[in-house]
Amino acid sequence: MSDRKLVKNGQVCSLPIRAEDDLLTARHAVRAAALQAGFGLVGQTKLITAASELVRNCYVHGGGGDLVIEHLSPPPRAGLRLTISDDGPGITDPAKALVDGFSTGPGLGHGLGGAKRLVHEFHLETEPGKGTTVVITRWAG
Amino acid sequence: MSGRERAREEIVRILGEHRDQIAAAWIEAQESRLASAGAVNADELREEVDTIIAGLYEGLAATMPLDRVVTGFAPLRNAVTDFSHRWARLGVSATAIAGAIFALKDACVRVLADGIPDPELRLEATELVHRLLDGAGLLTFQTYVDSREEIIQRQNRQLLEISTPVVRLWHRVLAVPLIGTLDSARAQIVMESLLQAIQDNEAAVAIIDITGVPTVDTAVAQHLMQTVAATRLMGADCILSGIRPQIAQMIARLGIDLSEIITRSSLADALTAAIRMVGDTPAQDARDESTLLNVS
Amino acid sequence: MNSSEIPILRLGKVLLAGLSNELDDKTALRFADELSHQVSAIGAEAVVLDITKLEIIDSFAARILVEIATMARLLGARVVLAGMRYPVAITLVELGLDLPGVETALSVEHAMDKLAPPGGSRVG
Repeated sequence: MSDRKLVKNGQVCSLPIRAEDDLLTARHAVRAAALQAGFGLVGQTKLITAASELVRNCYVHGGGGDLVIEHLSPPPRAGLRLTISDDGPGITDPAKALVDGFSTGPGLGHGLGGAKRLVHEFHLETEPGKGTTVVITRWAG
Repeated sequence: MSGRERAREEIVRILGEHRDQIAAAWIEAQESRLASAGAVNADELREEVDTIIAGLYEGLAATMPLDRVVTGFAPLRNAVTDFSHRWARLGVSATAIAGAIFALKDACVRVLADGIPDPELRLEATELVHRLLDGAGLLTFQTYVDSREEIIQRQNRQLLEISTPVVRLWHRVLAVPLIGTLDSARAQIVMESLLQAIQDNEAAVAIIDITGVPTVDTAVAQHLMQTVAATRLMGADCILSGIRPQIAQMIARLGIDLSEIITRSSLADALTAAIRMVGDTPAQDARDESTLLNVS
Repeated sequence: MNSSEIPILRLGKVLLAGLSNELDDKTALRFADELSHQVSAIGAEAVVLDITKLEIIDSFAARILVEIATMARLLGARVVLAGMRYPVAITLVELGLDLPGVETALSVEHAMDKLAPPGGSRVG
């Protein structure tokens, strides 16, 4: 990731995910950031949907955490990187959790694997008892 | 004060006193170099070189490390990239643009030679000017490559869009006649433009005609299936027409399930089917285009 | 955000409701409950859900929609999802959620046409 520098004016925005209302707030924030980064309608929708899955996971399974939105700009493209992290119980079998149909909570079990398909880069870091961090990146256009 | 710092001060002094002379010498050398861009407007050239020299002057006068003056001092960096952009747009080669910046070295050095009597200091100042303007020359090259890259990407996108026209064949019937090899990126664009057209036109049936597509791989077949599924989610129907025997064989061999897809052998058959499908749902369509609907 | 209830309109044997983009999980679950009660109470033949305003449908919302359709079918009613935006459709398909068994229509108007009996009483 070192080859991708942040936009000069360093637009980073961090949101807490503590209550159910924060799910909607997070969606709004990702939408606003995607519009600013020049995302098309489809790219925007895919990114917000992925964020929605991950933020809900964070709230429901992780007991809450944070969403960080960063603007990326390795010319000539623009993109967004979202980091969703919690200090929850972590995921015991990450490989299994990425398979469609696997779920321990609400939803159709498409959360993690689905989110992965909607973005260009997906990075999952988790350990039982040590929380979960998911980093996703999507390029505009 | 080190020799280098003294040299820097000398350059600032000389750039300040002799900028007209440097600019004039440089322009004279440039008019032939940039001539490939057509008539060179001396006034514009003068304005550009003045901005660059002013950037050099201010950048050197500021307390900025020498290595960062070209890339880190915004007025100078912008002057150099603007210069590169403008001449690149006029069709001048990257080499000629970088060469034009390198030529500024000669113009400067000639003036320095007359202005600094001390030979050691003169040598130091000359080296300094060379390093600075070598950096500026490289920057024009980088800018040139970047803007080319941008143009290529834009044209790529435009080509993709041109090659996937969505046409209205009938009231509430759309079609995309695909011609040529379908790759994943193009299949993705076909899908998006077709679905958007369905939404914008409230189309009931969308026909994807692949008569002109020589071959289909798994990824593309997957995209076609996704398009059909997305069309259904929106409340419209999709017909796949013009599947060549080879493609039919491949689809069968790949084990792709097309059972839920309506297929027709030709675009004409697909259109007939589509009109019948639209005709099956009269209702408000009858109000605006009843004559068309009566045909079916 | 004020989690306002979703109004359910009754048109004869058809129930019509419009989902808002600001739908939170709890409101959605309550809505599914309320809808099943009403379907059974009036013996509804169909439910039309206007989703024109939904800018995203994630797996949670998709699950609720599928549940509503299943529940309605068990109670003898059809469910028609009307007006899904194209980016939402693309995203759902990519998620592998193509909502099997759920009927769809381009708009509420088209959904009503779909529900009207063929050659029926509609006057043009």
